[in-house]
Amino acid sequence: MSPNRDRPWLIRTYSGHSSARASNALYRSNLAKGQTGLSVAFDLPTQTGYDSDHPLARGEVGKVGVPISHIDDMECLFQEIPLDKMNTSMTINATAAWLLSLYIATAERQGSTSVALTGTTQNDIVKEYLSRGTFVFPPEASMRLTSEMVAYTVDHAPRWNPINICSYHLQEAGATPVQEIAYAMANAISVLDRVRENEEVDDETLSRIFGRISFFLNAGIRFVEEMCKCRAMTRLWAEIGRDRYGISDEKMLRLRYGVQVNSLGLTEAQPENNIVRIALEALGVTLSKRARTRSLQLPAWNEALGLPRPWDQQLSLRTQQILAYETDLLEYEDLFDGSHVVEKLTAELLSTAREELQTVLDMGGAVVAVENAYMKQRLVESHTKRLRAIESGELVVVGVNEYQETVESPLVEGGSESILKVDESAEREQIESLEAFRNRRNSDEASRALRLLEDTVKSGANIMPVSIEAAKAGVTTGEWSEVLRNIFGEYRAPTGVAAASASSGHEASAEVERVRARVDDVSSRLGRRLKILVGKPGLDGHSNGAEQIAVKARDVGMEVVYDGIRLTPQEIVQSARDEGVHIIGLSILSGSHCVLVVDVVEQLRRAGLGEIPVVVGGIIPGDDAEELKKAGVVRVYTPKDFDLTRIMSEIVDVVSELNAV
Amino acid sequence: MQSEPPNDPEHALAAAVTRGDLGSLSEALNQIDDDRPENREAALALLDAIEGHSRSPRIGVTGAPGAGKSTLLDALVAGLRERDRSIGILAVDPSSQRTGGALLGDRMRLSSSARDSGVFLRSLAARDQLGGLSEITGASLDLMQAAFDIVFVETVGVGQSEAGVIDIVDSLIFVAQPASGDLIQFMKAGILEWPDIFFVNKSDLGDAARRTSAELKAGLQLGGRRDPDYTPKVLCGSARDALGIDELLEAIDEHQQYLESSGQGDIRRTSGRAARVRNTLMTRFGRYGLERLTGPFEVETYVGEKSHSSVERLADELGLRIMKELGRDVA
Ligand code: B12
Ligand SMILES: Nc1nc2c(ncn2[C@@H]2O[C@H](COP(=O)(O)OP(=O)(O)O)[C@@H](O)[C@H]2O)c(=O)[nH]1
Ligand SMILES: [Mg+2]
Repeated sequence: MSPNRDRPWLIRTYSGHSSARASNALYRSNLAKGQTGLSVAFDLPTQTGYDSDHPLARGEVGKVGVPISHIDDMECLFQEIPLDKMNTSMTINATAAWLLSLYIATAERQGSTSVALTGTTQNDIVKEYLSRGTFVFPPEASMRLTSEMVAYTVDHAPRWNPINICSYHLQEAGATPVQEIAYAMANAISVLDRVRENEEVDDETLSRIFGRISFFLNAGIRFVEEMCKCRAMTRLWAEIGRDRYGISDEKMLRLRYGVQVNSLGLTEAQPENNIVRIALEALGVTLSKRARTRSLQLPAWNEALGLPRPWDQQLSLRTQQILAYETDLLEYEDLFDGSHVVEKLTAELLSTAREELQTVLDMGGAVVAVENAYMKQRLVESHTKRLRAIESGELVVVGVNEYQETVESPLVEGGSESILKVDESAEREQIESLEAFRNRRNSDEASRALRLLEDTVKSGANIMPVSIEAAKAGVTTGEWSEVLRNIFGEYRAPTGVAAASASSGHEASAEVERVRARVDDVSSRLGRRLKILVGKPGLDGHSNGAEQIAVKARDVGMEVVYDGIRLTPQEIVQSARDEGVHIIGLSILSGSHCVLVVDVVEQLRRAGLGEIPVVVGGIIPGDDAEELKKAGVVRVYTPKDFDLTRIMSEIVDVVSELNAV
Repeated sequence: MQSEPPNDPEHALAAAVTRGDLGSLSEALNQIDDDRPENREAALALLDAIEGHSRSPRIGVTGAPGAGKSTLLDALVAGLRERDRSIGILAVDPSSQRTGGALLGDRMRLSSSARDSGVFLRSLAARDQLGGLSEITGASLDLMQAAFDIVFVETVGVGQSEAGVIDIVDSLIFVAQPASGDLIQFMKAGILEWPDIFFVNKSDLGDAARRTSAELKAGLQLGGRRDPDYTPKVLCGSARDALGIDELLEAIDEHQQYLESSGQGDIRRTSGRAARVRNTLMTRFGRYGLERLTGPFEVETYVGEKSHSSVERLADELGLRIMKELGRDVA
């Protein structure tokens, strides 16, 4: 082995589920297996600022991450994990200031201080509006929260990355490499411009802040292009630092980023193929020294089936370890310096991305381009193109639209045993423990802390110190968020779907034409045009499926009502009634389908709308699909049903059969 | 106004609509949208049964795409719910395409607090006609008016294209983008002619909103208004931040009172009904067909006398008349 190997990147696995206790055990066992950093997945109520006993949290507690309602939860999560020695990445955004406060308060309980902490709060709201969906507050208030966290940590937690600008989620929502670069940069600029407005930020501080901004990128299967994308971003970032912010310190100008490799391309069909995809994608962001990631998270082979079990995550961890410790890739200088192929591709990406970035800046920047739906529309369009290419076979996905012939995979013989099932009792237990916490805390102190928080937010002073005090005083996640909700209000980001679909003019395939003719035919039999409601119940932010179903439904000539993500079953039933739809399609990927879909079906029945057929799509394990059908759902679709035109044809069947005279 | 309604399904449904039963309203809206000839009579009976039943204000909200109409409606709904009024909203979507498909996505702007039992929102794809409002828009608003304390229709329009909305509403609000143009452009577009209230939106963005209001006010003094006796209000506010909403609600009330006391309200409704019948006949039979109607069958005269029949019924009756005349022409 060569003596001067580079140090490997931080090796992490994104995880958390059920409860603080269960997640703590998982973290400790992952660390024991050689993982070198932690990456916390919170559940959706925590991410959207609700306590576990809030009505909107029903069915979601502990499902896709760990519920953290108060300081005792946080302390339990890191039991026997010394925070001053750990590097922790927290995927938390709208409520980032609060979770960081809990983290700091926990570190203090452990006898440490904020100065010693290393890690990252994701804290990137723009991409929440565009892709990830756990936004709460309007853009202006969100930018304020972000800039206050930046201002606070630069002095009080100087080794903490207060914000991680994410292009990862943009690719997961369909972005091309150029869009990934351009929108991430526009986003970073909107944050830095905002921070710079603060009078206390002088040139020296701005330079340090610039150096603390980190990025979170994606890496897809076209791994050569992805490597060049990373090189292009590195250059563009330094360019922006120099030209826009007058930064000269080379160390500060260096783009620092972590990567999670692409999950959107991981398939339900022949899921073992994903093992290879993941390894190749990891290679793309580690192979070239100049474009090597600082930390890496790999999804698991059963990504499209459901949540990974510890063994599934271990395989991903081992993949990283083989790459880092067995191969020779850490022994060399950059392998591609001087390659004119790499240079040319990088330059092309760079110049196209610069143009797209300029388009957004000319519009008024990232926040404006969120509010007017420009970026979102572009993402939906790109995703529509991608799916059309898969449908037509132009883009080959092995095992999905080509080479489907297969023997039974031994990996999935166990059926629903091949994924992690969160125990249904987790929610109840978490609620009980929350009640116990509320009873044992000093409620006077908690109320005092909440009043102080309210005054501070209204005064415009930095929210961090009072939030840390509130964490210590026993305030809960829901209470902290409630104060801010009352002052800032709430915001729903535009869906971008109407505009994207209007611009999607293209040659319709013969299949699409055939379905159009059927829609016309059924519509004339119905007496009015076939109308579908596409609904997203619960806190689930996965909008891709719903968006693409909506675009395709319109494309085949249906009238489509799509109101965006995060609706309650009641709101969906109300829409269905008001709009007089012929069919309802629910899309749900967060794992809470059993509770929420059944709720919609029952409420429809109670409202006298029981005759409207309901179809469901998303991450629905086979057993659950049967359960949903028993509850009255007509059809269930999962990622293996990649042919959207065919899905439309079946929807026409459903309506047609029901209305046969 | 009406005696005990007869006991047939259309009247039962009409009665449920006027009671404000939202499920029934939805069913009724579906029924009148049904274009199968065999179901036409039921739809007409339904519309006849609710005709003239309600005097609830009918308000149009128009303006360029992106001006903030939907956001403004959301803010208005919040204000009206505080005043305990039930609200119906008809959102007309301009984006339908050749295939007939349409994406009706504006609901996302109605905040969840607004989605209680006192609020109803139906979206309609503006199909059939070139730019104008389809016949079904007016009929849908008629039904909704019977069910709610106040109804709104959101349509996209700039200037002359407002003409169609005018026929189906009492008061028209124009939502203006700040700095959307200088005075000359407003006048060229004919924007100053129709609206009763101007709401210059996005005042949170700075001074442009105030400048735009000043220009509009100046322009209105130049005359050229549909109703020379009423000077439209020009308001300025922010739909996003709910600024100027109380003033807007007041302006709506005030205009409604003016319509009542001046008698303009009745005049507008009668002429609006006639215009709708005329438009429908025009679409179906063209100018040549329309000119076959004479004497007591002249559209305005006929509609004026039959105030208890729905617009759709009258259009069908006169349509039959035209067909007869056309048949005679041929013979
Ligand atoms: C892309 C993605 C994301 C993107 C979402 C971007 C967006 N705006 O949609 C990002 C990166 C933001 C994301 C975030 C998260 N994700 Co995610 N994500 C995925 C991923 C990789 C692909 C989903 C996707 O978009 N596929 C493409 C679309 C087109 O396919 P689809 O939705 O499945 O739709 C198809 C069918 O299902 C069906 N269909 C779907 N809906 C409907 C509706 C109707 C009416 C019909 C007829 C058909 C239909 O038709 C479509 C055509 O094939 C999946 C894993 C996977 N490979 O499937 C995980 C996955 C869904 N995510 C998961 C999780 C946990 C999360 C997080 C909650 C993690 C966390 N703790 O924070 C976050 C938070 C998201 C939130 N706010 O809810 C889990 C869910 C686990 C579970 N259900 O048990 C999954 C399964 C990954 C995993 N194995 O852990 N994610
Ligand atoms: N700054 C600001 N933006 C607004 C205001 N009202 C609406 N908007 C934004 O303008 C865009 C269009 O709003 P929308 O209500 O959909 O307009 P519509 O097309 O006229 O219905 C959205 O991005 C809104 O967030 C406002 O008062 N101030
Ligand atoms: Mg609108």
